[in-house]
Amino acid sequence: MSLLRVENVSKHFGSLVAVNGVSMAVEPGELRAVIGPNGAGKTTFFNMISGFLTPSSGKILFDDEDITNLLPARRVWRGIARTFQITEVFPELTVRENLRIAVEVASGYRLRAWLSSSADDEVKARVVDVLEMGGLAEKADRLVGELAHGDQRATEIMMSVALNPRLLLLDEPTAGMGDQETYNITQLIRKLHKDKKLSIVLIEHDMRVVFHLADRIMVLAEGAMLAEGTPKEIAANESVQAAYLGKAA
Amino acid sequence: MDAFNNKRAADALVWLALLTAPYWLPLIGGYTELGTHVVILGLAAMALNFLLGFTGVLSFGHAAYFGLGAYGAAMTIKYLEPSTPLAILVGVVTGTVAAAVIGPMIARLRGVYFAMCTIAFGQVFYFIAFQWSSVTGGDDGVSAWHRMPIDLGFTSIDIFNDNKAFYYVALAIFAVAAGVMAWLLRSPFGRTLLAIRENERRARFLGIPVDRHIWLSWVISCLFVSLAGALYALLNDFVDPRALRWDMSGTFVIMTVLGGMRNFWGPLIGAAIFIVLQDQLSSHTQNWESFIGLFFVLVVLFFPRGVLGLIKRKSAS
Repeated sequence: MSLLRVENVSKHFGSLVAVNGVSMAVEPGELRAVIGPNGAGKTTFFNMISGFLTPSSGKILFDDEDITNLLPARRVWRGIARTFQITEVFPELTVRENLRIAVEVASGYRLRAWLSSSADDEVKARVVDVLEMGGLAEKADRLVGELAHGDQRATEIMMSVALNPRLLLLDEPTAGMGDQETYNITQLIRKLHKDKKLSIVLIEHDMRVVFHLADRIMVLAEGAMLAEGTPKEIAANESVQAAYLGKAA
Repeated sequence: MDAFNNKRAADALVWLALLTAPYWLPLIGGYTELGTHVVILGLAAMALNFLLGFTGVLSFGHAAYFGLGAYGAAMTIKYLEPSTPLAILVGVVTGTVAAAVIGPMIARLRGVYFAMCTIAFGQVFYFIAFQWSSVTGGDDGVSAWHRMPIDLGFTSIDIFNDNKAFYYVALAIFAVAAGVMAWLLRSPFGRTLLAIRENERRARFLGIPVDRHIWLSWVISCLFVSLAGALYALLNDFVDPRALRWDMSGTFVIMTVLGGMRNFWGPLIGAAIFIVLQDQLSSHTQNWESFIGLFFVLVVLFFPRGVLGLIKRKSAS
């Protein structure tokens, strides 16, 4: 059974067709990369999975249940977490506070006016776990808004991980990063995928990252699916080379 | 740890100043009612700031619930039962229920649309109070009643004749309200409000149903503003439609911004500055409001985070 099944999804903005009849199935534990030239509809496609946009037509199934028109918060409750192309964090709070909010919401405490000391200890321990997993322990008490771009991005990713998602959606996780930061984030994603067995779908422009991480790759061009397969198959695909890789190289 | 200790010291200083106010105010040319005024309007501004400073939502209509609290209290004593505790209770329930009912209609709006709708709903209550003379006394307001001594069974606190006693009763209620707000802000629920203030999109995609949490924050904020309104009616032994007009809402916003909306005590400091300026200026000139306006503009230009905003939060390093 696929974890996520997108069936023939389209999105129109007026007369513009951003995504045109795209289907995709993601298996549990899989890391899927979505690539394509600018304007290919990758982010729109992503936004429909996370609930930021609703499709004009088609269906999205998560665990075989229809989530096509579900509100974003409800998708999160079912286990879909995402990051954004432009990092979305809580800048005037510390890294620890950012993660703590995610842990508390994931633990079902969002309406609690108090926590028992054992629940509080559990939350704190979980926050420390996530901090360490993301390599953020030393920066835990810094305000996120004052951190370097790469650390802000790592904070955002770890907030999503703190939700205990069953599917993690990453929208260009290495966008705007230098080589060292790109390497660090790539290692972090690899760790989440290999060690935590997280199912991940990511959009990425950096081909080194894509080919290093992905189990399977889907290529979008002009709103439609151009190709789908393993990294080897995609690298050998001539239409992909013509449409995308050729231009990049 | 320094930041933590500074915060403790600031809290202690505020409470010490409040507890001793009736004794030091006369020494600097003040009087007890001035202190009561600051405590009550400070509570209203702090209640507004629960929504504005800690949820990131600007209401320009809080006077409506302040006024409903005031009318509820005044009319309870005048028509229903001459009991101060009952008056406060009725005032709070009236304001809170109105806010809870109106909330879902505006909780989906953001920014200037939210602010405009809060003004609009606020003015509805103003015009009702103004026009429905047979019940509310219209423009003349509800007068010819006064706050009643509080009967505790074994003794009675004469808040009507003893200004200090009323100050301390108001301060005790203020303390409970401030304590509850501070406690909520340090809870998981309070942190979801900070999350919404900081980044609504991130909050939504962490699984926080943002509109519902804004509604809750709005209701809590309006509960405490109607409590302040009830106390305000008791302070003046009088209420008229100006208590729920939009410029009263503006006064709360000005107090909050003056003092600093990212600081828990900011609105109280802002209320103190506003009320002392008003008290001093209005004895010299009828145009005191233009001077407060000028002062407000200067603060916003040079200290955009308010007077207490000078103490900006920094990373612990």
